[in-house]
Parts: sequence; structure tokens; C-alpha cells
Amino acid sequence: MSTDYIATRNACKLCMPLGATLVFKGMEQTMPFLHGSQGCSTYIRRYMISHFREPVDIASSNFTEESAVFGGGDNVKLGLKNIIEQYKPKAIGIATTCLSETMGDDIVGHLREFKRDMPVDGPHLIHVSTPSYAASHAEGFTAAVKAVVEQLVDSGISQFYGGRVNIFPNMISPADLRYVKEIADGFTLPAVILPDYSETLDGPSWGEYALIPPGGTPLEDIPWMGQACASISFGRITNSRPEYTAAYSLQQRCGVESIYLGMPVGLRETDRLYEALAALSGRTGSPEQLKDRGRLVDAFVDGHKYVSGKRALIYGEEDLVVALASLYSEAGLIPVVCASGGESGHLRAEIEKVLMRPQPDLVVAQGADFADIDEIADTARPDIIIGNSKGYKLARRLGKPLIRLGFPVHDRMGAQRIMHCGYRGALELYDRIVNALMDAKQENSDIGYSYL
Amino acid sequence: MSEKMTILESRRQQIGMAGGSGAAVACERKSTAGSISQRACVFCGSRVVLYPIADALHVVHGPVGCAAYTWDIRGAVSSGPQLHRMSFSTDLREKDVIFGGAEKLYRALVKLIDVYKPAAAFVYSTCIVGLIGDDVDAVCRKVSAEKGIRVLPVHSEGFKGTKKDGYSAACEALGQLIGTGNTTGIAPVSINILGDFNLAGETWMIRKYYAEIGVPVVATMTGDGRIEDICRAHGAALNVVQCAGSMTKLAEMMRQKYGIPFIRVSYFGIEDMSDSLYKVAEHFKSPDIMNKARTLVRREVTTVMPQLKEFRKDLEGKKAAIYVGGAFKTFSLVRALRLLGMQTVLAGSQTGNRSDYEQLRNLCDPGTVIIDDANALELSGFVRDLGVDLFIGGVKERPIAYKLGVAFCDHNHERKEPLAGYLGMINFAREVHASAMSPVWNFVGRNSHEHRLYSHT
Repeated sequence: MSTDYIATRNACKLCMPLGATLVFKGMEQTMPFLHGSQGCSTYIRRYMISHFREPVDIASSNFTEESAVFGGGDNVKLGLKNIIEQYKPKAIGIATTCLSETMGDDIVGHLREFKRDMPVDGPHLIHVSTPSYAASHAEGFTAAVKAVVEQLVDSGISQFYGGRVNIFPNMISPADLRYVKEIADGFTLPAVILPDYSETLDGPSWGEYALIPPGGTPLEDIPWMGQACASISFGRITNSRPEYTAAYSLQQRCGVESIYLGMPVGLRETDRLYEALAALSGRTGSPEQLKDRGRLVDAFVDGHKYVSGKRALIYGEEDLVVALASLYSEAGLIPVVCASGGESGHLRAEIEKVLMRPQPDLVVAQGADFADIDEIADTARPDIIIGNSKGYKLARRLGKPLIRLGFPVHDRMGAQRIMHCGYRGALELYDRIVNALMDAKQENSDIGYSYL
Repeated sequence: MSEKMTILESRRQQIGMAGGSGAAVACERKSTAGSISQRACVFCGSRVVLYPIADALHVVHGPVGCAAYTWDIRGAVSSGPQLHRMSFSTDLREKDVIFGGAEKLYRALVKLIDVYKPAAAFVYSTCIVGLIGDDVDAVCRKVSAEKGIRVLPVHSEGFKGTKKDGYSAACEALGQLIGTGNTTGIAPVSINILGDFNLAGETWMIRKYYAEIGVPVVATMTGDGRIEDICRAHGAALNVVQCAGSMTKLAEMMRQKYGIPFIRVSYFGIEDMSDSLYKVAEHFKSPDIMNKARTLVRREVTTVMPQLKEFRKDLEGKKAAIYVGGAFKTFSLVRALRLLGMQTVLAGSQTGNRSDYEQLRNLCDPGTVIIDDANALELSGFVRDLGVDLFIGGVKERPIAYKLGVAFCDHNHERKEPLAGYLGMINFAREVHASAMSPVWNFVGRNSHEHRLYSHT
């Protein structure tokens, strides 16, 4: 703690259980379950509902004072029993909270006891340790993916299943997940994507009431992930600490090759994904996909003068920040501030790897909150702000456009459908940036140009 | 839907029906584990009540989540300072959990007070604070002595009860402020407004009505609230309490301690809004205030009714479900919906008590489902089975309605439209109408299959 410690003001991060919940929402017929106070589930539900605009049911063990003193075992067991009775899930993803972790509640023991009395055809019970004081939601997400793989992948399966690739996509939007699937399909490479909330958190209107929304990574596919030809793991920051990733775990346990990539945002990072898929499948991408790449390059050319030298302030999860820095750097913008509430210690190093040219005055702020970002912005003088909705106040104060993406987007429609990944995602983000800058130019001019 | 919803055995007593002689609706219980309750926790209850106090520092002592999820999400607006819209957290880490977070809290408070110069500070304890043994009271006393402002601990550890216990903790903190200010100059006819949170400027509307009938307001708790006003609230002659669930405790405490009587009112809907003004006039036994109130009500009702009639033409006969935080609000909503020709078929709340639910059973049409601490599954099931056309609730209830193809009106703290008072009634009717009459419902799934009537035993 430095001498000028001043508390976290308007945090640029969320808590670990949120990340874990998102993972469990992306598995077939799986109910997320938080072992803690009722508030943890309700707040996270509310937060995710406002972004995805979908029902988000999250169960709680609903701690009482007694359980805080005598242990939460009875509450977990009753909670699980009630969830099974009402929702008939195929799996329950149990994430701990700061409360149960601080108490030292023995969740593994509780689950062992519960399983003993449970019928053999009962749901899978997966648990992950996510004390919110340990790290942010990004680490909670990574930890949950790894927990799923470690607890459901059967390392004993010897049958070769090498035609498949595992994709650990990191926190991307439902629209991104659909597109990543499409990209893999383009190489006729069947992919198991974990998690896959493309349908569970962006579903159609229901004709019938669904206890748990359809969609999610098929549970029958997960045990076989140990036999895939490779695991592709997205996110340079996540991958800079490989021992925490699911891909690493599968490599260690089952010998599945791991391919660590950045999030496929922008031209070069998407190229890496295509190269990896081409190498794995022995095929080139489809001509249609190459056209997407061509259109992106064409757009870069068409728009380069509008964005050239424009100063971008980027914030969000560390992986996303690196990915966006890569995209905007290659398009000719200058990322002047890259900030995150995350504290991996690798942010600057990873950003420097993806920048098109060295940038001595780049401010990289780790463990930053929005009050820090606000202060940095005053000297950095950005032309455009890029990140989730929580930067709105900053953008409003500076009178600069805000490009809303990532999570959460609480003040616009269609957050589930924002594209970040692949050539098409890059094109979409690029168009939005160029148009926002054009719009700012138009709005701020006295002349009222109608032709730019 | 091919199957009937599952209602947990332990939940059955918390669901009843209006009319007839059924058992009372059980309530004021902890939520059942594994029942996906729409409630939050103790901390939430405290945060809701104190949040609108705009010149205070609100520091959440704990890991970052609790503060992050409650950052500037509410519609409570301020006419001056905006400090309440900042989210401050001690953001406890592993080492704080091991070695204690009191020192971190102390340093945070000192620095924050220096930078933001608040009129007072509230320190919310979250779940783990009690477990790691931080003496928050001692830290608050120390900072208070050093900085010369009130620094009040709010004991809101999430697991120590329900949202209602959070209301109590907030009332206790307010109680510590009340009685410390100077009451000179307060008129003998004067009130405090309790339990209005100035969502979308509602407190301002209400204050204007009171001003018009000649009743000055000393303090609003907590909508557009200020510490100085709260400190002198004991000088008012009457407490006018809305949102009874959260504020009755404070009103009761002020009655005992300062002899200030209180009345319960609601500002939602024409009838309840008008009754509120009449009740205040009656309390002060002032023909002048009563006359002014009558004039105001006549004028407003004359303006509003013709507009409501237009909405009613379309809404007549439609069915509504209400599920909100406090039971008191449901009474007003049932009446307001009747004014629009709509029938309430489900009414429930997160925190109602026994007498609330009895009142609700008497108020609603026979057969109306009355529910306490409903879970997501029950709400979805009833919405489907009762053939609901409109759901009134908050953000968590919205997707339940929308996914099932049902209109929705947001009546929670996040809303940005004023729904109180006469203007609020028009806004309410407009919002209900806009949603219920939207052409989009023609395309949703539920209109392509029949519903079975839910039969509750």
C-alpha cells in the first residue's frame, strides 16, 4: 500500500464469481451456483441481465449467520437439492465467494458428501474457488474454465478423437462465439468451444418456457476434450500465466497440444488464428473468409486518413485491452492510454508486442480504477475512448466519443451482438471508430459539413 | 410449456390467494437455499436506503464486487452534490483478509475525506468484515475525531439476515445523525419525507405539492438528501412515511425519542397521492391546508383523468402481475392499475410482512396470487399460467416477462421515469400502454400456444 492510498474509486473490474458464472452459463443445461450470501447471486444476475437482456438464473447457498459460524454444508446441500428438484440441470457449477473462502468452508467435502447420497444419474457438480479478494472477474473466468476441464475431462479415454479442436475463447460476446464457430467450420474443423454462451445469453423469444435456456457447450463433448488435436487459448494476458489455463492443464494431463494466441481481434491476431486452424486442419480457409480479410484491409485503406494519429484511450479486461491496442495500432491510431483493473503484471509487455511501432509516451495503467483513468486522461488528451459503458462519465466530461464494447454495456441495446473477433469483428469495430471520429468532426464544426 | 412448475415444499406457505379463507401468507423468512430469490442481501438493503444522500461519502468495506455492482445504477438524483454516485471500495485483498483490513479502511477514509470533503461518511461492512474481525466502529470513531465529521458504521454484512435487516442498519445510521442539528427556525407545521428516494426527481415533485398546500419540508430521507437536513429532522412536527418497509423503523424510533408522530402514505397513483395530502392536512387540523390540498387535487385530477381515460380504452380488462421490493408499493399499484381498467392477478414483494399481505389479500380481487420472496421460476410459471399481459417489476424481472412475450413496466430503483404524483400517474399509464399495446407481442411465442389456468391449492 503506497502512502497515498485512497481506496478503489469506480472500479474498472468486477469480482471473481462473476467470471465463473459466465462460464457456467455457457455450458449445456448447467446452473451456476454461488456459495455465499444471497446478494452475490442477485447482484451478478442483475449485472448480467442488464448487459445480455436475457434471463440469468444463478442459485445461491444463501448463507445465514448460523452457516457463517457452523459452516455452509447444510446450505450447500439444501441448495443443490432444491436446484435439482426445480431445474433438473445436467450440471451445476459451484463457485465460492469471499464469504465461504474466508470462513474456510470445506466445499470439496460438502460436495463429496452430497454426491454420496445423490443418485448416480444426478448432475455433474463442478466447483471452482473464486474468492473475490484474490483477483478480478477475468481470473474468475479463466479459473472456472480450467476447473471444468479438470473435473469433467476424462484423461483415461484412450480412443483417438483427434478430429476436433478445443477453443477456449475467453470473455467474448455471443455474436463473437457464433463467428468463431463459423471460422472453425470454414476449415471443416469441428470445434468444442468452452464456454459457449452464444445461445444461452442471446436466445430467441421463447414459445415454451425453458427452465434453463437451450444452448451451451454440449456436456457430452467435454469429457473428450482430452483427445482433441489441439487446444487454442485466446488472450495474451491469460496465456502469459499458462499454468492457470485450461489449455495448459489439458496438455499436462492428456498431452493435448496447446496453442496460445491473442484474442483474435484485428488483422494480425486474426491471421494467427487462421494460420493455426490451417495448420491443424491441413486446409486453407474458405474463399469467403479470405474475402472478409480483404474487405478489412480495404476498409483500413479507405479510412486511414480519418484515424491517422488519433489518440485512443482503451480500458477493460487486460486481454481485451491488448487485443484492442493491436487492432487500433495497426489501423493507424495511437493507443495513448491502456488501462485495466487487472493486475497480471504483464500488460505493458504484451501491449508492446502488438504495437506497430514503439510508443514511448504510452501510459499503461494496471490495477487502475476510473478515477485513475480520469486523471491520466487529462494529460493524455485522447480523441476517442474505447471500452465498456462505465467510461461514459469520462467521455462525457472530455466531450469525446465513446465506443462501447466488451462487458458491461448497460446503456445501449445489443451488447450481446457486438462483434470484436475475426476479420468481420475488426471491420465492425473499425467502422464504428471511423464513424465516431467523423461524427465528432461534423458535430464540432461550425460549418455543418454534410459531405466528409 | 409441457410441465407444471415445481414449487419447493419449503416455499408453499409463502404463496397464498386473495379472497376466501386460506392461510395467511408466510413471510419474513430467510430465502431458501437454491431458490433463486429476487432479493439481494443485507448490504443491498442498507445501500438502497442511504444511497441518495448526495453529500455523504459512501465507502464499501470489503472486496470490490459489492461496490462495483452498486456503482451509479440507481435513478436517485441530486439537485447539488453528486458524491453518492461515486463507488468507493477498500477493495480488500488476500493479505488484508489475513492481516485485517482496519488499517486500510482508516487510510481510505482519511484520504477520501481530504479529497472529497463530504458532510459525513457511511462505512458499509460487507460479508467478510465480521469474519476477519475488523473493528469498524473503532475506525469510524477515530476518523470522526480526527476529521471532525460524522463517520457512521453501517453493519450490513450480507449474510446477517435479509434485505430488511439492511434497512434497519441504515435506519440506525440515520438515527445517529438525527438529533445532532440545530432546529431553530423550523415552523410548527412541518414534515419530514421518509421513504422517497428521488428517483427521476420524484421527491422534487412531492415537495412542490407540499409547498403548495403550505407544509414546509425539513428533511427528505433520503431522496436528494443532505446530512445537515437529516441532523435537524427531529425538529419536524410530523414524519410522512412512504416505503414503509424500509423506513417505519426510523419513524418509530423518532416517535419514541422525539415524540414525532408518523403517518404512512404512498405517492403512487391518483388516489394514494391525494390521500397523502389529505392525511397531512388532517393531521395538522388546518382548514387552510385542507382547502389548498382540495384545490390542488381537484386541479391535478381534472388534468390527469381525461388523459387516463384515453389509455384506459385500450388497457381495459388486461391482466397484470406485480412483483416489487416493498409490499406497500403493491397496494398503490393495484389501485393505479384498477384506474386503468386492469386486473392484478399476481401481487408479491421481496420484503412484505404479515399485515402487508393480509391487506393485499383484502385489496386484490379474489383469486389473485399473493406471493412473498418469489423466485424466478415461480414468477415465470405464474406469468405463463395466469395469462399475464403486463409485468411490473425491476431489471431482474424484465427478462422473465420479455422472454415469455409479456409487456413490462419498470418500477424499481433503476428507473429513469418519475412515476409518483399526478404527473407520475400519466407517465405510468403511458409506459404501461406503450408496452402493453406494442405490436411486437403479435410475434412472440406465447401467442401461438394456449395457456392453462394455474390452479393453486
